[in-house]
Amino acid sequence: MSMFNKHAVLEKNSILLLVGILIVVAIGGLVEIVPLFYLKSTIEKVQGMRPYTPLELAGRNIYIREGCYLCHSQMIRPMRDEIERYGHYSLAAESMYDHPFQWGSKRTGPDLARVGNKYSDLWHVNHLIDPRSVVPESVMPGYPFLAKAELKVPDISADLKVNRFVGVPYTDEQIANAKADLMAQANPDDDNVDGLEERYPGVVIRDYDGDPDKVTEMDAMVAYLQMLGTLVDFSIYDDKADLR
Amino acid sequence: MSTYETLANFAQTWGLLYFVLIFAGVLVYALWPSNKDKFDEASHMPLRED
Amino acid sequence: MAHTIKRLSVEEGLFAVFLTALAFACLAIAAKAVDGVMAFHATVGLIFSALGVFLIFNAYFKRPADVDETGYNLGPIKFASVAAMFWGIAGFLVGDIIAWQLTFPALNFDLEWTSFGRLRPLHTSAVIFAFGGNVLLATSFYVVQRTCHARLPGRVSPWFIILGYNAFIVIAGTGYLFGATQGKEYAEPEWYADLWLTIVWVAYLLVFLGTLWKRREPHIYVANWFYLAFIVTIAMLHLGNNISIPVSIYGIKSYQLFSGVQDALVQWWYGHNAVGFFLTAGFLAIMYYFIPKRADRPVYSYRLSIVHFWALIFLYIWAGPHHLHYTALPDWAQTLGMTFSIILWMPSWGGMINGLMTLSGAWDKLRTDPVLRMMVVSVAFYGMSTFEGPLMSVKAVNSLSHYTDWTIGHVHSGALGWVGYISFGALYCLIPWLWNRKKLYSDRLVEWHFWISTLGIVLYITSMWVSGIMQGLMWRAYDKLGFLEYSFIESVEAMHPFYMIRALGGLLFVLGSLIMAYNLWMTIKVGEKAEVDAADPSLVPAE
Repeated sequence: MSMFNKHAVLEKNSILLLVGILIVVAIGGLVEIVPLFYLKSTIEKVQGMRPYTPLELAGRNIYIREGCYLCHSQMIRPMRDEIERYGHYSLAAESMYDHPFQWGSKRTGPDLARVGNKYSDLWHVNHLIDPRSVVPESVMPGYPFLAKAELKVPDISADLKVNRFVGVPYTDEQIANAKADLMAQANPDDDNVDGLEERYPGVVIRDYDGDPDKVTEMDAMVAYLQMLGTLVDFSIYDDKADLR
Repeated sequence: MSTYETLANFAQTWGLLYFVLIFAGVLVYALWPSNKDKFDEASHMPLRED
Repeated sequence: MAHTIKRLSVEEGLFAVFLTALAFACLAIAAKAVDGVMAFHATVGLIFSALGVFLIFNAYFKRPADVDETGYNLGPIKFASVAAMFWGIAGFLVGDIIAWQLTFPALNFDLEWTSFGRLRPLHTSAVIFAFGGNVLLATSFYVVQRTCHARLPGRVSPWFIILGYNAFIVIAGTGYLFGATQGKEYAEPEWYADLWLTIVWVAYLLVFLGTLWKRREPHIYVANWFYLAFIVTIAMLHLGNNISIPVSIYGIKSYQLFSGVQDALVQWWYGHNAVGFFLTAGFLAIMYYFIPKRADRPVYSYRLSIVHFWALIFLYIWAGPHHLHYTALPDWAQTLGMTFSIILWMPSWGGMINGLMTLSGAWDKLRTDPVLRMMVVSVAFYGMSTFEGPLMSVKAVNSLSHYTDWTIGHVHSGALGWVGYISFGALYCLIPWLWNRKKLYSDRLVEWHFWISTLGIVLYITSMWVSGIMQGLMWRAYDKLGFLEYSFIESVEAMHPFYMIRALGGLLFVLGSLIMAYNLWMTIKVGEKAEVDAADPSLVPAE
């Protein structure tokens, strides 16, 4: 009987320890994370943000697949040298449709938050196939396989649907036309380009990889890179309004 | 007052108190005289061969 | 006893049913998979779960009816120790390969599965989760049994945890090579691997708690506190940071529930505390058991260890936002992260002092016992990197160090110096204990391992300090006319010699680990048997 009593006490000790640990480790995370969802000042009000087009989203998924975020940040800090080198500092609003975020933690290569429209499509294609053909000192791996691989997404409308479920405001029309839009953005002669332009204001429709025969992973990748940081119109954005 | 300021005030007052109390609690537990023997005993646990 | 009827235990039956169901689920997914990686992984899952069912019944048919299960359960610990050594070498090697890739980019071979972007997660996961994870599993199962004087509960569960965890490693690692990744650092495995790890981890928590409940000691030794905090907190972090919605259960792709700034904070709440609870709390548990044991003296101050424990776990969890200084994360969160990171210096050094001072009065052992020396040096590295960390979390310092190699150097002083050496020390202790050997095959080889890898670590961290600070200064340098002095690529070019030195340092570290593996292998193979203490029959493993 005495053994039994003792045992009950022991069990209580380990449960006490477990609960103590849980309480202690839960608090810090709750206090820091929860307000981000409720404080309205967390994400700035900006003009121009729209969800990714299907081709850009596919390109972004290739960017993630190849681990680009391990060497390239997408987060310009508000310091003089960064702003001069990369452009306006990044806003929280600019990544509000990013599931997951790709801010990065290391710049083995330069920041890409505003790389869109800085170089030509051809430069990007050459650079991705053989980085040292355009930047001799580069240490980036070559990605020649992107130009060869046909873009294969099992069901792009399902991707859009899941994105809508997690909070990206895709419309029914965008979801219904996802497959057609995916193809049209890399082909200016496609019948669907007008609808695509209507659905995604400011979308750029080009044969990104210069290969008119097929839509490749290179098309998607370059389409994504060329739109990075181009959505928000900073000529009408008021920096002072969102200091926090 | 904005939500932000309310939260900040709360954190800077009650939060501080909470930290001090937790820390004091741990210190008291660790330094409580009657716990000394228990801890001395416990510190030898790895050295005992069953 | 001879008449005992052999029965399949409830636990064995439940695991057999569960794994059979899993095998069928994998079969269904493999058949309908929408991408090649899922087809491959579902097939692997099918093979593993079928193998699991086979192992359960094989063990059942082989064992005698009156199997003796009173001693400590050492079999799973042996497996995890060997796995740790194997994954360690693999992880260090991949790390060195990618270091050479940064030095000579032609080594990427322009192939998908050998490019830096896919090998880097393989390196980080292999060293943190495969090497570190197996060390933690092995030592925690050993320490909790010894300090509770109780056997791990369950016949299948401990094996399920060890084998299931290593199956997770195989799925995650091959996934990276084939491009299955969530794109979140240190949390790259896709949704199905995360789900599997959750099941294994819950089993781990239950078996650990179960051993505590069975204990025959009134007090729970402090090492077990650290292990429990590690297990519980990693569970919380894993669940919080991996909330993702698969596009289809027949495919690998998923999307995170959170986006942008919220996702960033959740990620670094996870990322920083993976360091705090996986790479720190877990390995502090090792420090609190193995250093006293090896030095044959109790820990310097048990009271300090209690304050150390609560202060550390309380403060660590707040420090995550220091990974997001000057980003679009609101300033109040950055300030909180910085403040707690600086306060964190105190418990960290409290722990370091406690570990080091355990040697007081026995410092001479450092001369004669290279294993103890390795562990003490690891604690010194812990002190160094836990001073460097708070320093780098100061926003002014961080504005220079962030995004540079300084961070990489900092991480490796902790990973190679602290986690690596305390793990090596623990394995050098454990292997002879587990296989019942008098001593290691060769202490001289331990000396060689120690000096070669120490040289490697010094080369690694000094080169990364120099290159990191240089990078940071070059990025913000202005010429006389007020223009940026260097283009980005000039900073890349300037890194080349330091990348070379780093890769050489890494190579030395790999060499050291090969020496270690040889030494441990020979200890098991030809080491002299320790005499069994007659008064202590329970020392003999049940297997």
